[in-house]
Formats: sequence, structure tokens, C-alpha cells
Amino acid sequence: MASVSVPAERPGGLLRRPHATTGFWAWFTTVDHKKIGILYGITAFAFFLIGGTEALLIRVQLARPDQTFLDAAVYNELFTMHGITMVFLVVMPLSAAFFNYLLPLMIGARDVVFPRLNAFSYWAFLFAGLFIYSSWFLGGAPNGGWFGYAPNSVIDPTRGMTFYAIGLLIAGIASTVSAVNLAVTVLNMRAPGMTLFRMPVFVWMGLVVQLLLAFSLPVITIGLVELLFDRLFGTHFFDVSAGGSPVLWQHLFWLFGHPEVYILVLPAMGIVSEILPVFARKPLFGYQFVVFSGIAIGFIGFGVWAHHMFAVGLGPVANTAFAVSTMIIAIPTGVKIFNWLGTLWNGDIRFTTPMLFSIGFIAMFVIGGLSGVMHAVVPSDYQQTDTYFIVAHFHYVLFGGAIFGLFGGMYYWWPKVFGRMLSETAGKLNFWLMLIGFNMTFGPMHILGLQGMPRRIQSYPESLGLAFWNMVSTIGSFVIAISVLVFLVNAVASFRKPKQMEADPWDARTLEWATSSPPPEYNFEEIPVVHSRDDLWHRKYAETEGGRVVPVAAGGSGEGTYPDGAGHAAQDGAGHAGGHAIHMPSPSYFPVIAAAGLPVLGYGLLFGVPAVAVGLVITLAGFFGWALEPSAE
Amino acid sequence: MRRRTVVVLGLVALALVAAACAPNATQSALEPKGPEAQKSYDLFVPVFWVAVVIFFVVEGLLVLFVIRYRHRKNATRIPPQVHGNTRLEIAWTILPAVILAGVAVPTIATIWDLAAKPTGDILEVNVLGHQWWWEFDYPDQQILTANELHIPTGKPVYLTLCAVGFGYGAPVPSEGGPPAPSACQGPPDQPPPAAIGASVIHSFWVPELAGTQDVVPNQTNHLTIQADVPGVYEGQCKEFCGLSHTYMKFTVVAHTPDDFQRWVAEQQAPTPVPEPGSDAAAGLEVFLSRLPSGGGCTDCHAIAGIEGPNGQPILNNGGPNLTHLMSRQCFRGCTLATTDANLRRWMEDPSAIEAGSFMPDYGLSAEQLDQLVAFLNTLE
Repeated sequence: MASVSVPAERPGGLLRRPHATTGFWAWFTTVDHKKIGILYGITAFAFFLIGGTEALLIRVQLARPDQTFLDAAVYNELFTMHGITMVFLVVMPLSAAFFNYLLPLMIGARDVVFPRLNAFSYWAFLFAGLFIYSSWFLGGAPNGGWFGYAPNSVIDPTRGMTFYAIGLLIAGIASTVSAVNLAVTVLNMRAPGMTLFRMPVFVWMGLVVQLLLAFSLPVITIGLVELLFDRLFGTHFFDVSAGGSPVLWQHLFWLFGHPEVYILVLPAMGIVSEILPVFARKPLFGYQFVVFSGIAIGFIGFGVWAHHMFAVGLGPVANTAFAVSTMIIAIPTGVKIFNWLGTLWNGDIRFTTPMLFSIGFIAMFVIGGLSGVMHAVVPSDYQQTDTYFIVAHFHYVLFGGAIFGLFGGMYYWWPKVFGRMLSETAGKLNFWLMLIGFNMTFGPMHILGLQGMPRRIQSYPESLGLAFWNMVSTIGSFVIAISVLVFLVNAVASFRKPKQMEADPWDARTLEWATSSPPPEYNFEEIPVVHSRDDLWHRKYAETEGGRVVPVAAGGSGEGTYPDGAGHAAQDGAGHAGGHAIHMPSPSYFPVIAAAGLPVLGYGLLFGVPAVAVGLVITLAGFFGWALEPSAE
Repeated sequence: MRRRTVVVLGLVALALVAAACAPNATQSALEPKGPEAQKSYDLFVPVFWVAVVIFFVVEGLLVLFVIRYRHRKNATRIPPQVHGNTRLEIAWTILPAVILAGVAVPTIATIWDLAAKPTGDILEVNVLGHQWWWEFDYPDQQILTANELHIPTGKPVYLTLCAVGFGYGAPVPSEGGPPAPSACQGPPDQPPPAAIGASVIHSFWVPELAGTQDVVPNQTNHLTIQADVPGVYEGQCKEFCGLSHTYMKFTVVAHTPDDFQRWVAEQQAPTPVPEPGSDAAAGLEVFLSRLPSGGGCTDCHAIAGIEGPNGQPILNNGGPNLTHLMSRQCFRGCTLATTDANLRRWMEDPSAIEAGSFMPDYGLSAEQLDQLVAFLNTLE
């Protein structure tokens, strides 16, 4: 250290790096993947409550025929914002929360490969969400549906769809940056011995999702830029009177939008693939098949987009091709489900809350998958498309699937993240209320759709005979709301318990449970050396020659323990005690500054050129400071 | 206990199916009333039952394993660490593939069947989607009507679907202005439609007679519908098309062939001239006049046989053609009955009824409204 000759004060006071790693302001400068993961989680959950409230308002309006609780303009804004919120501001960032927190821990790394870029991703996402939501106060929220079909989305006279385009572009920057960061982390930062096929399935699904993001986001980016230019600068990408094509938007949107479905559900599949083996006390059945079917789903997911467009009039050739590709993608999905069943088979199943949500995930996702195959039957889909049958289908995939999985993940990793256990009693109440409420809300929508209720309608006349199931659905939505309240109470109450969690409360299988709960900033005092898949399990249990599993004696052989003390007391290596000699990246002001310029730039596009300049200056200043700040102090 | 659960589940499923088939749903895809809708339904039903079987197998295994292999109190067993079974993997890859192949064959056959233009004795109608109403143009019969599609039973009706309105780059055409860019190409002697509202995507859906067909600007789509029995079939725009998308409904009225010929004759009958000095004659004056705001009814509405203020036939179709208006049961996207009270309320302030309505409030006096209603009543 003494040999460093560069004068430390050269960069000047402005570029000095912050020191604090605790306290309120440290959250703004942190580059710790765990803190960023928590920020993602809290923000996404806040948006979940907002998006859920929007859903409740929609359900109140639809509870009975011919209601006038909400007028058409507000109703259109609400269903648009509900969709945008749940897709871009809830499920994606909630998955990102898990990836951020867990991927480095699961692969035995100290942080992601680009910690400051990780912070930038979070702040850009947060500002994108706040930017979109500010539209409510600045002339009206987006009102053209989350799918924003042109030309309706272009000709709408309110500012809503401009907010939509700019907000999603900023969110897209956040997701792209994060995708690159996490993919490189998984590929380059694995601990010694952590080969690709020793990685937990959750890490595999994380990798697949990041690659899906990296390849699908550019497509929607092009679409959004064209939409923005049509709205602001008089271009005619989607204007038929000038030779543009409204169907072009649909192709761009769904070429992103269908991989997006897998971006939303693969993380939950990864979570479930971690939880089932722990509480069935068996390894995941058919690990390679689960991994490869995940990869196959990601790959085929780019070849099914036009099944959202069967009624557009693309012709029988296109409809045939996309019907077949859509049926094919059901095969790897089925493989996953059967392997989860195989994991449960002959297990020793413990009904903890994470396990209940995971079993619920399988049960509900099967329904969403089967109705999905029914959509692949094109002539049948001609009736089902754009009805509540579709609404039912994708809520079984994205709520019964993704949200159930994510709730299971929250209960499972809560003790790791916060060092406190969530109440199991409240957790079970949460699960059963959610399961019942969910099926009451979305089950009847299958019937409503087939009986002729189109999507995105503000009300329906009594004569259509749709009143009964709509009322059931509305009541169910409030049962879901109560279940979410139970979770909130449970979460808040957990912080009143003392913070004294053992490293491995579930007797789990993967590396994140080898370090303390919560983990130290540097994750592992010494980078673990990995010898097998489910490495932690194999250090705790050995198999006899007869195939019987027996616990390794406490303390175990030298090879069977980690140097940083999961389940054994001695802190070895005086030099590393407390992690003092471990170099961790310093916090930085600049990610949040660089991200803060983006919404300012966006407001400039809406309200006047000077703000564009201000936004650019802020973001560029952030990047310059970022590039020039000392690597550590 | 398990058996009771199965019984309860079965009863719930039966109740759901019974409710799903309840006869009070008037716009239901589950009650096909013609061969085109029947083709969709005939695929839906077997695929549904295949899905039901798979559902019970998978969920049954799940419930079975969860009960059978649950952790029992005080048990210390750690189950054998089974990592997989390649034969099983192959089996549950191939079996679904075979089932799906079985589904794919009739699917593809029906896709091509539905896409083919019907041959033989057919009726052709152009369907034009406006914001937010439907226009029906019978080129061979020279009939223009709105929101009610009249068809004969037992005959394939081949629809040509187009979206009408101005493109967002072009200004709203004034009277006699350039043709809208995306209208269906009618016969050459058909007047070029003017446009109001924007040309956006709609979707034509009358579930008892056929599946959905989107109506896309600058793209000509086709759909065949057919009704086997006379009746009124409800339909609705299915693609979100702006502020009042919800209220873009329509009906298909199926007549026996004789009744249909009678309807055609009625629609082709000349428009009666209101008795001079009557309220109706005064109403016609209001209809043709320039109103204080500078606009007038004829900017958008045409009536066969009535000349515009300039002595020329009215060519506009920014709003529904009003020829024989009172022969229709409904107006405004078929969400209001054609009663005097509704017509009056609508003309008084359209935006009070329809959010974002393209029909202006002309500030008509009570007397003018009465006269207009009297005039419209002559259009039988």
C-alpha cells in the first residue's frame, strides 16, 4: 500500500467517495448487491400495493352491470396503469430483487461484477416508476393499454402515452444494464468449483432471464422510440395515411412481449425449484432436464409472439406456424411440472409457508398452462382472444404463477435477508386467503370470457347475463387484498423480533445458507470451494453405501465445513476475522445522480427543451464523476 | 376424506359447467348458432376435455404426493436422494408431444377452412369500423346502414372489414374532401367516404355466429358469418379502440330469406318527403341548415334522396347514414334504443352520453330538437 505514489487528493473534494455504509443516506450511495436487492424489493412491493389498489377499483366498477363508479377516461387509465405497474414495476423488479440479492451469494461471490452499475439500474428503475406515476398529476395517466396499440396510442390527445413511452424507455435502460451486469456476474464470478452444472436452478433461470432481457428489450425500445417520434416529432411509423403500418407496432411489441412473459415467470420457476427440494428433503428431480427446459422455453419464447395476433389477419400460413410453435413451447413447460412432481414423490414434505406457496404455484400454473394451450388452437382462440378468458389465463400464469412463486421466495429467504423469521401462522393464513381469493377472482373470468365479456370494457349491460360471476370475482379480489394485508402485518411484526437468526434455519441445500443471516457485507469471509451441486447439503449429510442419508457428525471433517462458519463456531483465520482485510467496493454518489438525469430529460421532451439540456447535463455529470472518482478511499 | 374432497371438487366443477351453460348469456361463444361458430366450438369442446383430463391427472398426482409423502410428527427419515430418471423424462416429453400433435391436426385444418372464401350463393357486405360505431355497406343492394347487420339465414355472408377515419398525419377532411385513406374499396359509383374520428384498430365479434376478426387500418380483412335460425345476435368491438370502446356494440339480425328480401326492399324504398308545414318539414330544414357554430348535420350524415345545402347529394359518412333510421332498433353503437326520448337526449348533448363523442353539441333549441325528432320519425 505504501508504494502507491499517486497523490490521493488529486480528484478533489467533489469526487471523494462516501464512506458511510449504515444509516439513512447510505442507502442512496450503496453499491452492495444485498442492499440494492432490498431496495428493489421494497420499491416493487410498494408498486404492488398501488397496482393492486388499481385492480380493486377496476373490480368495484365491474362488480355490477351498468355501473358509473368510474368514468370511461379514468377506467382506461386504471387498466392501463394496472398492467404497466404489475409487469414493469412489480414482477420484473421483484424478480430483480431476488436476483440481485441471491445470485452472488448462490455462486459464492462477494458482489456483482459491476456494483455501481447495479446501483444505477435500481435508481433508473425507481425514477422510471415515479416518472410514469407523475403522469396522474400532469395531465393524465397512460390510457392506451399496457400493449399501447398504434394508432390509438398515437392519436390520443392526452400526454399519457408519451409518459408511457418515455417511462418504459427509462425502465428499459435499467433492465438492460442490470441484465448485462447479472449475466456477466453469473458467467464470471462463480466460486472455484461452481461449474455451470453445479449452479442452483434459480441461478440458471436468472441467467436465462438476463439473456432474454438483453435480446428482447432492444425490440421494444425500437417500438417505443417510433411511438415517441410519432407522437412528438410528426413521424409516421404507424400512420396509414403516410404509408406506415399499425401492425408493425404489434410485431415489435409482442416480439418483446412474449419473451417478457417468460421473463416474468422463469424467476418464480427458479424459486420454486429451490424451495421444493429443501422442504421435500430431496434433490431436484431431473436437474439437467429442468435447466434445459428452462433454456428451451427461453429460446422458443422468441418464436411464438404472433399467437397474440391470431385475429389480426396475418393469414392462415402465419397462424398455422405460430399455433405449432405455441404448442411446442408447452412441452418443456410440462417437463418442468413433471420434474417438480418427481421432486415431491417419496419426499418428506414439510408444509412451511414457502412450500405451500410453491405447491400452490404448481397447482395454479398448470391451469394457466392448459388454458394457454387452448389459445394455441387458433379457431378456438378466435372466440377467446380479447375476452376475460385471456385475462383469466394470464393471471393464472402471472399471479398464480409468478406472484405465488415470489411470495414463496419472500417467506423462504426472509430469515436470510433480515435475520428474522416471518410468522408461520400468519404465513399460512396469507397463503390460504390468497389461494381462495385468487381462484374466486380469476376462476370465474374463464366463464365470463366464454360467455362474451370482452376485455377493457368499462361496463357491461345487464342483458348480457354476466352479473353473477363478476360479483364473485370482485368479492374474490378483496379476499386477495386481505391476504396481502396479512403479509404486510407479518412483515412489519417480524421486525419486532430480535435479530438472531441461525445461518441455515431450513436445513437448506445451497451456498447462501452457508453464511450468516443476514450475510456480512462481503458475503463470505473466504470464498468457498464448491465440490458438488447442492454443496451445503453434501457438507451436512453423507450417503451410506446402501443409499441411506446420514448427517455428518457435528464439526465434521475438515472438508465438510466452510471456513466462515455455517453451523460451527470457530472463526478461523485471524487475518480475516470480521472481514477487515477484504476489499469491497466503496459506495458512490454517481449512480443515483446519473439516473436522476433521465426523468428530467423525459420531462423535457414533454414540457420543453431546457429540461432536456438539464437532464443531459445531470446524467453526463454523473457519468463523468463515475468515471473519474477514485476507486476507493 | 380424500373421497369427499373429490366429490366436492366434482360438484363444484359441475356447478361451474352448469352456470357456464346458463341460457341467460346472450353473447356467448358457448352457444354457436351457425356453421362458422360451430367450427370453433367443435375444436373448443374436445380440447377443453383433453385439458380437463390432464388437469385432473396432474393436480391429482400433486394432491396425492402431498398427502402421501407429508412429513409425519417425530419421523426422522431422510428420503433417498433420487436425482432423476431418464426414461420418465423421455416419457413425459414424448407423451405431451403426441397429444399436442393430435390437437394440431384438426386445428390447422380448421384454420384453413375458416380462411377460405365461401363459394356458391353468398351475400357480400362491407363492414366499416368507425370510432365508435359500425357501418354496413351492401354493395350489391346499394344499402348503407349502421349498427344493425341484417342477413338472411342459411346463407354464408362474406364480410370485408375495414377501419375508417382519418390518419393521424392528415387533417380531418372537410365536406367533399379527400377520401379517407383506409376505407373499404366500394364499387366505383359509390361515393368516397369522408371521415371523422381516427382510423384505429377495431375487432368484429359476434360470438354466436363466428370468431373474431380484427379490423385494421389499411388492411382488408375477411370473415364469413352464417346464422341457421332467425334471431338477433349480439356483437361487440373487441379491440380497445379509444375512449368509448365499451359502447361499440352491434347486432346481427338474421331473417328468413323471404323476410330478408322484404327488408332489402324496405331499405331501398325512397325516402318520404315530409308534409310541407309540418314539424317534420321544419326538422328537415334544421337538418340541412348551417347551425350557428358553422357546422351542421350534413357534415357527417347522409340520407338517400335528400340533397345537401349545395344541391348535390350528401356524400359524407362521418356519422351513420340515416336512411330509414327508424327501421333500426338501436343507435350509438347499438347501445341506445331508437326512441324519441333517446334521440332527443343524444342530439341535445352527445358528449353527456358518450365520452369523447365526435358528434358536436350544436346548442339546438328545444323547438329545433322537437322538429328534428319529428323529421327523423319520418325515416321509417
